[in-house]
Amino acid sequence: MHNHENAPHLHEQHFNTPVQEYAPEVKQLVLDYTLQLADTSFILGHRLSEWCGHGPVLEQDMALSNIALDLIGETRSLYQYAAELEGKGRAEDDMAYLRDTVEYKNPLLVEQPNGDFGDTILRQFIFDSFHFFFLKELQNSTDHRLAAIAEKSLKESSYHIKWSSEWVIRLGDGTEESRKRIEKAIDNLWPFSGEFFMMTATEKALLEQGVIPDYSQIKQSWDAHVAKVFEEATLAVPQNVWMQSGGKEGRHTEHLGFVLTELQYLQRTYPGLEW
Amino acid sequence: MEEVEVNLEEQFEAKVAKDIRIEPKDWMPDAYRKTLIRQISQHAHSEIVGMLPEGNWITRAPSLKRKAILLAKVQDEAGHGLYLYSAAETLGASRDQMIADLHSGKAKYSSIFNYPTLSWADIGAIGWLVDGAAIMNQVPLCRTSYGPYARAMVRVCKEESFHQRQGFEIMMTLCNGAPEQKKMAQEAFNRWWWPTLMMFGPKDEESPNTEQSMRWRIKRFTNDELRQRFVDMMVPQAEFLGLTVPDKDLKWNEAKNGYDYGQIDWDEFWSVVKGNGPCNKQRIQTRVKADQEGAWVREAALAHAEKRAQRERQKAEQAA
Repeated sequence: MHNHENAPHLHEQHFNTPVQEYAPEVKQLVLDYTLQLADTSFILGHRLSEWCGHGPVLEQDMALSNIALDLIGETRSLYQYAAELEGKGRAEDDMAYLRDTVEYKNPLLVEQPNGDFGDTILRQFIFDSFHFFFLKELQNSTDHRLAAIAEKSLKESSYHIKWSSEWVIRLGDGTEESRKRIEKAIDNLWPFSGEFFMMTATEKALLEQGVIPDYSQIKQSWDAHVAKVFEEATLAVPQNVWMQSGGKEGRHTEHLGFVLTELQYLQRTYPGLEW
Repeated sequence: MEEVEVNLEEQFEAKVAKDIRIEPKDWMPDAYRKTLIRQISQHAHSEIVGMLPEGNWITRAPSLKRKAILLAKVQDEAGHGLYLYSAAETLGASRDQMIADLHSGKAKYSSIFNYPTLSWADIGAIGWLVDGAAIMNQVPLCRTSYGPYARAMVRVCKEESFHQRQGFEIMMTLCNGAPEQKKMAQEAFNRWWWPTLMMFGPKDEESPNTEQSMRWRIKRFTNDELRQRFVDMMVPQAEFLGLTVPDKDLKWNEAKNGYDYGQIDWDEFWSVVKGNGPCNKQRIQTRVKADQEGAWVREAALAHAEKRAQRERQKAEQAA
Protein backbone atom coordinates (compact mmCIF):
# COMPACT_ATOMS: atom_id res chain seq x y z
CA MET A 1 0.00 0.00 0.00
CA HIS A 2 2.68 2.45 1.01
CA ASN A 3 5.96 3.26 -0.48
CA HIS A 4 7.53 3.14 2.95
CA GLU A 5 10.85 4.58 1.89
CA ASN A 6 9.10 7.86 1.13
CA ALA A 7 6.45 7.77 3.86
CA PRO A 8 6.92 11.07 5.71
CA HIS A 9 5.57 9.77 9.02
CA LEU A 10 8.37 7.23 9.27
CA HIS A 11 11.23 9.69 8.94
CA GLU A 12 13.16 10.74 12.00
CA GLN A 13 13.23 14.53 11.78
CA HIS A 14 10.41 16.16 9.85
CA PHE A 15 11.62 19.76 9.47
CA ASN A 16 15.11 21.18 9.54
CA THR A 17 14.43 24.94 9.55
CA PRO A 18 15.77 26.68 12.68
CA VAL A 19 13.45 28.01 15.41
CA GLN A 20 12.80 31.73 14.90
CA GLU A 21 13.73 34.36 17.49
CA TYR A 22 11.11 34.97 20.18
CA ALA A 23 10.96 36.90 23.43
CA PRO A 24 10.97 34.30 26.24
CA GLU A 25 7.33 34.84 27.25
CA VAL A 26 6.14 34.56 23.62
CA LYS A 27 8.28 31.50 23.11
CA GLN A 28 6.58 29.86 26.11
CA LEU A 29 3.18 30.62 24.60
CA VAL A 30 4.17 29.14 21.24
CA LEU A 31 5.54 26.08 23.04
CA ASP A 32 2.36 25.57 25.08
CA TYR A 33 0.24 25.97 22.00
CA THR A 34 2.34 23.61 19.89
CA LEU A 35 1.97 20.98 22.59
CA GLN A 36 -1.79 21.53 22.61
CA LEU A 37 -1.97 20.93 18.85
CA ALA A 38 0.31 17.89 19.11
CA ASP A 39 -1.72 16.39 21.98
CA THR A 40 -4.91 16.85 19.96
CA SER A 41 -3.64 15.04 16.87
CA PHE A 42 -1.93 12.42 18.99
CA ILE A 43 -4.89 11.42 21.13
CA LEU A 44 -7.22 11.28 18.14
CA GLY A 45 -4.65 9.34 16.09
CA HIS A 46 -4.27 6.93 19.00
CA ARG A 47 -8.03 6.47 19.31
CA LEU A 48 -8.30 5.75 15.58
CA SER A 49 -5.44 3.27 15.79
CA GLU A 50 -7.55 1.26 18.26
CA TRP A 51 -9.76 0.36 15.29
CA CYS A 52 -6.97 -1.37 13.37
CA GLY A 53 -8.07 -4.95 12.68
CA HIS A 54 -11.62 -4.33 13.94
CA GLY A 55 -13.16 -2.13 11.22
CA PRO A 56 -16.60 -2.80 9.72
CA VAL A 57 -15.12 -3.73 6.34
CA LEU A 58 -11.52 -4.10 5.15
CA GLU A 59 -11.47 -0.91 3.06
CA GLN A 60 -12.68 1.21 5.98
CA ASP A 61 -10.31 -0.50 8.39
CA MET A 62 -7.54 0.74 6.12
CA ALA A 63 -9.04 4.22 5.84
CA LEU A 64 -9.16 4.55 9.64
CA SER A 65 -5.51 3.50 9.89
CA ASN A 66 -4.56 5.94 7.15
CA ILE A 67 -6.08 8.84 9.01
CA ALA A 68 -4.47 7.67 12.24
CA LEU A 69 -1.10 7.57 10.47
CA ASP A 70 -1.54 11.07 9.07
CA LEU A 71 -2.41 12.41 12.50
CA ILE A 72 0.51 10.64 14.16
CA GLY A 73 2.77 12.10 11.45
CA GLU A 74 1.48 15.58 12.21
CA THR A 75 1.92 14.86 15.92
CA ARG A 76 5.58 14.01 15.44
CA SER A 77 6.30 17.24 13.55
CA LEU A 78 4.62 19.20 16.33
CA TYR A 79 6.27 17.42 19.28
CA GLN A 80 9.63 17.73 17.57
CA TYR A 81 9.04 21.45 17.22
CA ALA A 82 7.91 21.71 20.86
CA ALA A 83 11.09 19.95 21.98
CA GLU A 84 13.20 22.38 19.94
CA LEU A 85 11.33 25.39 21.32
CA GLU A 86 11.81 24.14 24.86
CA GLY A 87 15.51 23.58 24.27
CA LYS A 88 16.03 21.39 27.32
CA GLY A 89 17.22 18.32 25.48
CA ARG A 90 13.87 16.56 25.56
CA ALA A 91 12.67 14.80 22.40
CA GLU A 92 9.31 14.01 20.77
CA ASP A 93 8.84 10.81 22.76
CA ASP A 94 9.43 12.57 26.09
CA MET A 95 6.59 14.88 25.20
CA ALA A 96 4.24 12.06 24.27
CA TYR A 97 5.17 9.42 26.82
CA LEU A 98 6.25 11.28 29.95
CA ARG A 99 3.58 13.93 30.46
CA ASP A 100 0.60 13.21 32.69
CA THR A 101 -3.13 13.82 32.26
CA VAL A 102 -3.30 17.42 33.48
CA GLU A 103 -0.33 18.37 31.30
CA TYR A 104 -2.13 17.16 28.18
CA LYS A 105 -4.00 20.03 26.51
CA ASN A 106 -6.19 18.36 23.89
CA PRO A 107 -9.85 19.35 23.60
CA LEU A 108 -12.18 16.82 25.27
CA LEU A 109 -13.70 15.58 22.01
CA VAL A 110 -10.65 13.66 20.81
CA GLU A 111 -10.25 11.60 23.98
CA GLN A 112 -13.84 10.30 23.84
CA PRO A 113 -14.00 6.53 23.29
CA ASN A 114 -14.49 5.10 19.80
CA GLY A 115 -17.98 3.79 20.58
CA ASP A 116 -19.54 2.30 17.47
CA PHE A 117 -18.57 3.28 13.92
CA GLY A 118 -21.18 6.06 14.04
CA ASP A 119 -19.59 7.63 17.13
CA THR A 120 -16.15 7.41 15.55
CA ILE A 121 -17.41 9.00 12.33
CA LEU A 122 -19.14 11.83 14.10
CA ARG A 123 -16.15 12.53 16.34
CA GLN A 124 -13.98 12.59 13.22
CA PHE A 125 -16.41 14.81 11.33
CA ILE A 126 -16.54 17.41 14.13
CA PHE A 127 -12.75 17.37 14.34
CA ASP A 128 -12.06 17.39 10.59
CA SER A 129 -14.47 20.26 10.05
CA PHE A 130 -12.38 22.27 12.51
CA HIS A 131 -8.96 20.92 11.57
CA PHE A 132 -9.32 21.53 7.84
CA PHE A 133 -10.40 25.19 8.07
CA PHE A 134 -7.97 25.78 10.93
CA LEU A 135 -4.96 24.45 9.00
CA LYS A 136 -5.93 26.56 6.01
CA GLU A 137 -5.58 29.66 8.17
CA LEU A 138 -2.59 28.43 10.14
CA GLN A 139 -0.62 28.35 6.90
CA ASN A 140 -0.49 32.16 7.25
CA SER A 141 0.91 32.04 10.77
CA THR A 142 3.79 34.38 11.59
CA ASP A 143 5.42 31.29 13.07
CA HIS A 144 7.22 29.77 10.10
CA ARG A 145 7.34 26.23 11.42
CA LEU A 146 3.67 26.06 12.36
CA ALA A 147 2.84 27.48 8.94
CA ALA A 148 4.96 24.79 7.26
CA ILE A 149 3.43 21.98 9.33
CA ALA A 150 -0.04 23.31 8.52
CA GLU A 151 0.70 23.35 4.82
CA LYS A 152 1.83 19.74 4.89
CA SER A 153 -1.06 18.52 7.02
CA LEU A 154 -3.70 20.41 5.05
CA LYS A 155 -3.35 18.06 2.08
CA GLU A 156 -4.07 15.09 4.33
CA SER A 157 -6.86 16.87 6.16
CA SER A 158 -8.65 17.67 2.90
CA TYR A 159 -8.93 13.92 2.37
CA HIS A 160 -10.08 13.31 5.95
CA ILE A 161 -12.89 15.87 5.83
CA LYS A 162 -14.13 14.39 2.58
CA TRP A 163 -14.14 10.90 4.06
CA SER A 164 -15.90 11.73 7.32
CA SER A 165 -18.44 14.04 5.58
CA GLU A 166 -19.35 11.29 3.12
CA TRP A 167 -19.85 8.83 5.95
CA VAL A 168 -22.09 11.23 7.90
CA ILE A 169 -24.21 11.48 4.75
CA ARG A 170 -24.29 7.71 4.23
CA LEU A 171 -25.22 6.99 7.82
CA GLY A 172 -27.78 9.81 8.08
CA ASP A 173 -29.40 8.96 4.76
CA GLY A 174 -28.80 5.21 4.84
CA THR A 175 -31.02 2.82 6.82
CA GLU A 176 -33.29 3.43 9.77
CA GLU A 177 -30.72 1.85 12.06
CA SER A 178 -27.78 3.89 10.77
CA ARG A 179 -29.82 7.05 11.21
CA LYS A 180 -30.66 6.12 14.81
CA ARG A 181 -27.02 5.44 15.52
CA ILE A 182 -25.66 8.65 14.03
CA GLU A 183 -28.36 10.64 15.87
CA LYS A 184 -27.27 8.99 19.11
CA ALA A 185 -23.66 9.91 18.30
CA ILE A 186 -24.69 13.53 17.66
CA ASP A 187 -26.47 13.55 20.98
CA ASN A 188 -23.43 12.20 22.82
CA LEU A 189 -20.71 14.20 21.13
CA TRP A 190 -22.22 17.56 20.24
CA PRO A 191 -21.44 19.03 23.69
CA PHE A 192 -17.74 18.55 22.83
CA SER A 193 -17.91 20.44 19.54
CA GLY A 194 -17.76 23.95 21.02
CA GLU A 195 -14.44 23.75 22.84
CA PHE A 196 -12.42 24.13 19.64
CA PHE A 197 -13.68 27.69 19.28
CA MET A 198 -13.43 28.83 22.91
CA MET A 199 -10.20 30.74 23.24
CA THR A 200 -7.94 30.06 26.20
CA ALA A 201 -5.69 32.80 27.61
CA THR A 202 -2.77 31.27 25.65
CA GLU A 203 -4.75 31.37 22.44
CA LYS A 204 -5.90 34.96 22.96
CA ALA A 205 -2.31 36.09 23.51
CA LEU A 206 -1.13 34.22 20.39
CA LEU A 207 -3.92 35.71 18.31
CA GLU A 208 -2.56 39.13 19.18
CA GLN A 209 0.90 38.03 18.07
CA GLY A 210 -0.45 36.84 14.72
CA VAL A 211 0.70 33.29 15.46
CA ILE A 212 -2.78 31.79 15.33
CA PRO A 213 -5.86 32.65 13.30
CA ASP A 214 -9.08 34.14 14.59
CA TYR A 215 -11.35 31.24 15.56
CA SER A 216 -14.54 33.20 14.92
CA GLN A 217 -13.87 33.05 11.19
CA ILE A 218 -13.09 29.36 11.37
CA LYS A 219 -16.36 28.88 13.27
CA GLN A 220 -18.26 30.42 10.36
CA SER A 221 -16.66 27.99 7.90
CA TRP A 222 -17.32 25.15 10.36
CA ASP A 223 -21.00 26.09 10.72
CA ALA A 224 -21.45 26.34 6.96
CA HIS A 225 -19.79 22.99 6.31
CA VAL A 226 -21.71 21.21 9.06
CA ALA A 227 -25.01 22.69 7.84
CA LYS A 228 -24.32 21.59 4.28
CA VAL A 229 -23.35 18.03 5.19
CA PHE A 230 -26.19 17.60 7.69
CA GLU A 231 -28.69 18.82 5.13
CA GLU A 232 -27.50 16.23 2.65
CA ALA A 233 -27.55 13.63 5.42
CA THR A 234 -31.12 14.71 6.30
CA LEU A 235 -29.94 15.34 9.87
CA ALA A 236 -30.76 18.29 12.12
CA VAL A 237 -27.98 20.45 13.54
CA PRO A 238 -28.54 20.57 17.32
CA GLN A 239 -29.40 23.97 18.73
CA ASN A 240 -28.66 25.54 22.13
CA VAL A 241 -26.50 22.69 23.40
CA TRP A 242 -24.44 23.22 26.55
CA MET A 243 -20.80 23.08 25.50
CA GLN A 244 -18.22 21.29 27.63
CA SER A 245 -14.72 22.67 27.90
CA GLY A 246 -11.56 22.41 29.97
CA GLY A 247 -9.43 19.96 27.97
CA LYS A 248 -7.30 22.73 26.47
CA GLU A 249 -6.44 23.76 30.04
CA GLY A 250 -5.78 20.23 31.30
CA ARG A 251 -9.18 19.50 32.87
CA HIS A 252 -10.10 16.26 31.13
CA THR A 253 -12.80 13.62 31.14
CA GLU A 254 -11.97 10.37 32.93
CA HIS A 255 -11.12 8.68 29.65
CA LEU A 256 -7.76 10.34 29.07
CA GLY A 257 -6.09 8.75 32.09
CA PHE A 258 -6.73 5.29 30.67
CA VAL A 259 -5.53 6.28 27.21
CA LEU A 260 -2.26 7.53 28.68
CA THR A 261 -1.87 4.50 30.95
CA GLU A 262 -2.01 2.24 27.94
CA LEU A 263 0.11 4.23 25.55
CA GLN A 264 2.78 5.13 28.12
CA TYR A 265 3.02 1.64 29.60
CA LEU A 266 6.45 0.61 28.28
CA GLN A 267 8.12 3.98 28.80
CA ARG A 268 6.82 4.10 32.37
CA THR A 269 7.63 0.46 33.20
CA TYR A 270 11.19 0.64 31.86
CA PRO A 271 12.22 4.26 32.33
CA GLY A 272 14.96 5.80 30.22
CA LEU A 273 15.47 3.03 27.66
CA GLU A 274 15.73 3.23 23.89
CA TRP A 275 13.20 1.23 21.91
CA MET B 1 -17.06 -33.34 -25.89
CA GLU B 2 -14.70 -35.62 -23.98
CA GLU B 3 -12.08 -35.20 -26.64
CA VAL B 4 -12.26 -31.42 -26.38
CA GLU B 5 -11.77 -31.70 -22.63
CA VAL B 6 -8.71 -33.90 -23.09
CA ASN B 7 -7.32 -31.42 -25.54
CA LEU B 8 -7.85 -28.50 -23.19
CA GLU B 9 -6.22 -30.39 -20.37
CA GLU B 10 -3.22 -31.16 -22.56
CA GLN B 11 -2.92 -27.55 -23.63
CA PHE B 12 -3.13 -26.45 -20.01
CA GLU B 13 -0.45 -28.89 -18.90
CA ALA B 14 1.76 -27.82 -21.80
CA LYS B 15 1.40 -24.15 -20.89
CA VAL B 16 2.23 -24.79 -17.27
CA ALA B 17 5.24 -26.89 -18.25
CA LYS B 18 6.50 -24.00 -20.39
CA ASP B 19 5.94 -21.54 -17.53
CA ILE B 20 3.26 -19.66 -19.41
CA ARG B 21 0.95 -17.97 -16.92
CA ILE B 22 -2.62 -19.15 -16.59
CA GLU B 23 -5.06 -16.23 -16.67
CA PRO B 24 -8.65 -16.01 -15.30
CA LYS B 25 -10.37 -16.60 -18.65
CA ASP B 26 -8.17 -19.55 -19.63
CA TRP B 27 -9.48 -23.06 -19.29
CA MET B 28 -8.18 -24.84 -16.19
CA PRO B 29 -8.93 -28.16 -14.49
CA ASP B 30 -11.47 -27.92 -11.68
CA ALA B 31 -8.99 -29.32 -9.20
CA TYR B 32 -6.45 -26.62 -10.12
CA ARG B 33 -9.10 -23.95 -9.59
CA LYS B 34 -10.15 -25.47 -6.24
CA THR B 35 -6.58 -25.82 -5.03
CA LEU B 36 -5.88 -22.20 -5.87
CA ILE B 37 -9.04 -20.88 -4.24
CA ARG B 38 -8.17 -22.86 -1.12
CA GLN B 39 -4.57 -21.64 -1.06
CA ILE B 40 -5.21 -17.99 -1.97
CA SER B 41 -8.14 -17.59 0.41
CA GLN B 42 -6.15 -19.25 3.20
CA HIS B 43 -3.40 -16.81 2.47
CA ALA B 44 -5.83 -13.85 2.51
CA HIS B 45 -7.33 -15.05 5.81
CA SER B 46 -3.83 -15.33 7.28
CA GLU B 47 -3.19 -11.69 6.45
CA ILE B 48 -6.43 -10.61 8.09
CA VAL B 49 -6.16 -12.77 11.20
CA GLY B 50 -2.46 -11.88 11.30
CA MET B 51 -3.43 -8.26 11.91
CA LEU B 52 -4.66 -9.18 15.39
CA PRO B 53 -1.57 -10.36 17.29
CA GLU B 54 0.46 -7.40 16.08
CA GLY B 55 -2.46 -5.00 16.34
CA ASN B 56 -2.47 -5.97 20.01
CA TRP B 57 0.62 -3.75 20.50
CA ILE B 58 -0.27 -0.69 18.39
CA THR B 59 -1.72 1.19 21.34
CA ARG B 60 1.26 0.24 23.54
CA ALA B 61 4.11 0.80 21.06
CA PRO B 62 6.98 2.41 22.97
CA SER B 63 7.70 5.40 20.71
CA LEU B 64 5.93 7.51 18.12
CA LYS B 65 8.11 6.14 15.37
CA ARG B 66 7.48 2.52 16.39
CA LYS B 67 3.78 3.21 16.65
CA ALA B 68 3.65 4.67 13.13
CA ILE B 69 5.69 1.81 11.67
CA LEU B 70 3.60 -0.87 13.38
CA LEU B 71 0.33 0.73 12.36
CA ALA B 72 1.55 1.07 8.76
CA LYS B 73 2.63 -2.55 8.84
CA VAL B 74 -0.66 -3.91 10.11
CA GLN B 75 -2.46 -1.73 7.59
CA ASP B 76 -0.29 -3.27 4.85
CA GLU B 77 -1.57 -6.67 5.94
CA ALA B 78 -5.14 -5.49 5.41
CA GLY B 79 -4.03 -4.39 1.94
CA HIS B 80 -2.48 -7.79 1.25
CA GLY B 81 -5.70 -9.44 2.34
CA LEU B 82 -7.57 -7.23 -0.06
CA TYR B 83 -5.46 -8.05 -3.11
CA LEU B 84 -5.48 -11.73 -2.29
CA TYR B 85 -9.26 -11.82 -1.91
CA SER B 86 -9.42 -10.07 -5.28
CA ALA B 87 -7.08 -12.66 -6.83
CA ALA B 88 -9.33 -15.44 -5.47
CA GLU B 89 -12.38 -13.65 -6.88
CA THR B 90 -10.90 -13.97 -10.38
CA LEU B 91 -11.37 -17.72 -9.91
CA GLY B 92 -15.08 -17.32 -9.17
CA ALA B 93 -14.96 -17.26 -5.35
CA SER B 94 -16.84 -14.43 -3.57
CA ARG B 95 -15.30 -12.45 -0.74
CA ASP B 96 -18.44 -12.85 1.39
CA GLN B 97 -18.34 -16.62 1.01
CA MET B 98 -14.62 -16.81 1.77
CA ILE B 99 -15.12 -14.73 4.92
CA ALA B 100 -18.10 -16.84 5.95
CA ASP B 101 -15.89 -19.95 5.59
CA LEU B 102 -13.23 -18.35 7.79
CA HIS B 103 -15.78 -17.53 10.46
CA SER B 104 -17.37 -20.99 10.42
CA GLY B 105 -13.98 -22.65 10.76
CA LYS B 106 -14.25 -24.33 7.37
CA ALA B 107 -11.35 -22.31 5.94
CA LYS B 108 -7.95 -22.35 7.60
CA TYR B 109 -5.35 -19.65 8.13
CA SER B 110 -1.74 -19.79 9.22
CA SER B 111 -1.57 -21.35 12.68
CA ILE B 112 1.21 -19.02 13.76
CA PHE B 113 -1.39 -16.34 14.48
CA ASN B 114 -2.97 -18.50 17.14
CA TYR B 115 -0.10 -17.69 19.47
CA PRO B 116 -0.32 -14.64 21.75
CA THR B 117 1.90 -11.53 21.70
CA LEU B 118 2.99 -11.06 25.30
CA SER B 119 5.71 -8.43 25.14
CA TRP B 120 6.98 -5.71 22.83
CA ALA B 121 9.76 -8.09 21.78
CA ASP B 122 7.09 -10.30 20.21
CA ILE B 123 6.54 -7.55 17.66
CA GLY B 124 10.23 -7.73 16.78
CA ALA B 125 10.20 -11.53 16.75
CA ILE B 126 7.14 -11.69 14.50
CA GLY B 127 8.64 -9.26 12.01
CA TRP B 128 11.98 -10.97 11.99
CA LEU B 129 10.97 -14.65 12.17
CA VAL B 130 7.36 -14.91 11.02
CA ASP B 131 7.71 -12.42 8.17
CA GLY B 132 11.06 -14.00 7.36
CA ALA B 133 9.38 -17.39 7.02
CA ALA B 134 6.52 -15.85 5.07
CA ILE B 135 8.99 -14.34 2.59
CA MET B 136 10.72 -17.70 2.22
CA ASN B 137 7.34 -19.23 1.38
CA GLN B 138 6.14 -16.36 -0.76
CA VAL B 139 9.04 -15.37 -2.97
CA PRO B 140 8.64 -18.54 -5.06
CA LEU B 141 4.94 -17.68 -5.37
CA CYS B 142 5.86 -14.60 -7.41
CA ARG B 143 6.52 -17.21 -10.16
CA THR B 144 3.47 -19.33 -9.44
CA SER B 145 1.55 -20.50 -12.49
CA TYR B 146 -1.66 -18.50 -11.89
CA GLY B 147 -1.19 -14.92 -13.17
CA PRO B 148 -3.30 -12.84 -10.72
CA TYR B 149 -1.84 -14.70 -7.71
CA ALA B 150 1.73 -14.26 -8.96
CA ARG B 151 1.20 -10.54 -9.54
CA ALA B 152 -0.41 -10.05 -6.13
CA MET B 153 2.57 -11.81 -4.57
CA VAL B 154 5.07 -9.48 -6.22
CA ARG B 155 3.48 -6.56 -4.35
CA VAL B 156 3.11 -8.52 -1.13
CA CYS B 157 6.75 -9.61 -1.14
CA LYS B 158 8.08 -6.08 -1.59
CA GLU B 159 6.23 -4.95 1.50
CA GLU B 160 7.06 -8.06 3.49
CA SER B 161 10.77 -7.50 3.10
CA PHE B 162 10.34 -4.03 4.57
CA HIS B 163 8.43 -5.58 7.47
CA GLN B 164 11.13 -8.11 8.08
CA ARG B 165 13.85 -5.46 8.21
CA GLN B 166 11.77 -3.55 10.74
CA GLY B 167 11.35 -6.65 12.90
CA PHE B 168 15.07 -7.34 12.83
CA GLU B 169 15.73 -3.72 13.76
CA ILE B 170 13.45 -3.97 16.80
CA MET B 171 15.31 -7.13 17.88
CA MET B 172 18.67 -5.44 17.35
CA THR B 173 17.63 -2.42 19.42
CA LEU B 174 16.49 -4.73 22.24
CA CYS B 175 19.57 -6.94 22.05
CA ASN B 176 21.87 -3.91 22.21
CA GLY B 177 19.80 -2.34 24.98
CA ALA B 178 19.46 -2.86 28.72
CA PRO B 179 19.63 -6.39 30.21
CA GLU B 180 15.85 -6.47 30.70
CA GLN B 181 15.39 -5.69 27.01
CA LYS B 182 17.76 -8.41 25.93
CA LYS B 183 15.96 -10.84 28.21
CA MET B 184 12.67 -9.77 26.64
CA ALA B 185 14.13 -10.49 23.17
CA GLN B 186 15.44 -13.95 24.12
CA GLU B 187 12.18 -14.88 25.79
CA ALA B 188 10.19 -13.88 22.69
CA PHE B 189 12.65 -15.77 20.47
CA ASN B 190 12.19 -18.90 22.62
CA ARG B 191 8.44 -18.79 22.16
CA TRP B 192 8.36 -17.98 18.43
CA TRP B 193 11.17 -20.14 17.04
CA TRP B 194 9.42 -23.51 16.92
CA PRO B 195 6.00 -22.27 15.81
CA THR B 196 7.80 -20.40 13.01
CA LEU B 197 9.44 -23.63 11.79
CA MET B 198 5.96 -25.15 11.72
CA MET B 199 4.82 -22.42 9.31
CA PHE B 200 6.37 -24.34 6.41
CA GLY B 201 3.77 -27.03 6.92
CA PRO B 202 4.02 -30.76 7.63
CA LYS B 203 7.02 -32.86 6.63
CA ASP B 204 7.10 -33.62 2.91
CA GLU B 205 6.02 -37.22 3.39
CA GLU B 206 2.93 -36.01 5.26
CA SER B 207 2.01 -33.11 2.99
CA PRO B 208 -0.94 -34.33 0.91
CA ASN B 209 -1.07 -31.47 -1.59
CA THR B 210 2.59 -30.92 -2.33
CA GLU B 211 3.08 -33.30 -5.24
CA GLN B 212 0.16 -32.10 -7.35
CA SER B 213 0.91 -28.44 -6.53
CA MET B 214 4.53 -28.86 -7.59
CA ARG B 215 3.40 -30.42 -10.87
CA TRP B 216 1.01 -27.53 -11.53
CA ARG B 217 3.77 -25.11 -10.58
CA ILE B 218 1.63 -23.53 -7.92
CA LYS B 219 4.35 -24.58 -5.51
CA ARG B 220 8.04 -24.47 -6.47
CA PHE B 221 9.76 -26.02 -3.46
CA THR B 222 8.72 -28.57 -0.86
CA ASN B 223 7.97 -27.71 2.77
CA ASP B 224 11.17 -29.31 4.04
CA GLU B 225 13.34 -27.58 1.44
CA LEU B 226 12.02 -24.19 2.45
CA ARG B 227 12.29 -25.00 6.17
CA GLN B 228 15.93 -25.97 5.76
CA ARG B 229 16.71 -22.76 3.89
CA PHE B 230 15.02 -20.76 6.62
CA VAL B 231 17.02 -22.39 9.41
CA ASP B 232 20.25 -21.87 7.48
CA MET B 233 19.42 -18.20 7.00
CA MET B 234 18.23 -17.45 10.53
CA VAL B 235 20.86 -19.16 12.68
CA PRO B 236 23.64 -16.70 11.70
CA GLN B 237 21.25 -13.79 12.24
CA ALA B 238 20.43 -15.05 15.74
CA GLU B 239 24.16 -15.35 16.43
CA PHE B 240 24.67 -11.79 15.19
CA LEU B 241 21.99 -10.61 17.62
CA GLY B 242 23.57 -12.60 20.45
CA LEU B 243 20.49 -14.76 20.89
CA THR B 244 20.54 -18.48 21.64
CA VAL B 245 18.48 -20.68 19.33
CA PRO B 246 16.24 -22.74 21.66
CA ASP B 247 17.29 -26.07 20.13
CA LYS B 248 19.93 -28.18 21.84
CA ASP B 249 20.21 -30.41 18.77
CA LEU B 250 21.07 -27.59 16.40
CA LYS B 251 24.39 -28.38 14.73
CA TRP B 252 26.23 -27.39 11.55
CA ASN B 253 26.41 -30.31 9.12
CA GLU B 254 29.38 -29.85 6.82
CA ALA B 255 28.31 -32.68 4.51
CA LYS B 256 24.94 -31.18 3.67
CA ASN B 257 26.23 -27.62 3.98
CA GLY B 258 23.36 -26.76 6.30
CA TYR B 259 22.19 -27.07 9.88
CA ASP B 260 20.72 -30.16 11.43
CA TYR B 261 17.93 -29.17 13.76
CA GLY B 262 15.90 -30.89 16.44
CA GLN B 263 12.58 -32.63 16.27
CA ILE B 264 9.57 -30.39 15.65
CA ASP B 265 6.66 -31.09 17.98
CA TRP B 266 4.14 -32.19 15.34
CA ASP B 267 1.55 -33.00 17.98
CA GLU B 268 1.52 -29.33 18.90
CA PHE B 269 1.29 -28.38 15.22
CA TRP B 270 -1.75 -30.59 14.56
CA SER B 271 -3.35 -29.60 17.81
CA VAL B 272 -3.18 -25.88 16.89
CA VAL B 273 -4.38 -26.62 13.34
CA LYS B 274 -7.37 -28.43 14.85
CA GLY B 275 -8.31 -25.37 16.88
CA ASN B 276 -6.59 -25.95 20.20
CA GLY B 277 -3.93 -23.25 20.05
CA PRO B 278 -3.87 -20.63 22.79
CA CYS B 279 -5.72 -18.02 20.69
CA ASN B 280 -7.74 -19.90 18.01
CA LYS B 281 -11.10 -19.14 19.59
CA GLN B 282 -10.21 -15.58 20.48
CA ARG B 283 -8.99 -14.76 16.96
CA ILE B 284 -12.10 -16.03 15.22
CA GLN B 285 -14.39 -14.47 17.79
CA THR B 286 -12.69 -11.12 17.24
CA ARG B 287 -13.16 -11.38 13.47
CA VAL B 288 -16.79 -12.46 13.83
CA LYS B 289 -17.46 -9.58 16.23
CA ALA B 290 -15.95 -7.00 13.85
CA ASP B 291 -18.02 -8.46 11.02
CA GLN B 292 -21.27 -8.50 13.00
CA GLU B 293 -20.79 -5.04 14.46
CA GLY B 294 -19.98 -3.73 11.00
CA ALA B 295 -23.08 -5.21 9.36
CA TRP B 296 -25.24 -2.11 9.90
CA VAL B 297 -22.50 0.09 8.42
CA ARG B 298 -22.26 -2.02 5.26
CA GLU B 299 -26.04 -2.08 4.98
CA ALA B 300 -26.24 1.70 5.36
CA ALA B 301 -23.61 2.23 2.65
CA LEU B 302 -25.54 -0.03 0.27
CA ALA B 303 -28.89 1.59 1.09
CA HIS B 304 -27.46 5.06 0.57
CA ALA B 305 -25.83 4.11 -2.74
CA GLU B 306 -29.18 2.70 -3.89
CA LYS B 307 -31.05 5.88 -2.86
CA ARG B 308 -28.50 7.96 -4.71
CA ALA B 309 -28.74 5.86 -7.86
CA GLN B 310 -32.52 6.10 -7.74
CA ARG B 311 -32.36 9.90 -7.48
CA GLU B 312 -30.01 10.00 -10.45
CA ARG B 313 -32.40 7.88 -12.48
CA GLN B 314 -35.33 10.16 -11.57
CA LYS B 315 -33.33 13.21 -12.53
CA ALA B 316 -32.42 11.65 -15.87
CA GLU B 317 -36.07 10.74 -16.52
CA GLN B 318 -37.24 14.24 -15.71
CA ALA B 319 -34.62 15.72 -18.00
CA ALA B 320 -35.65 13.41 -20.86
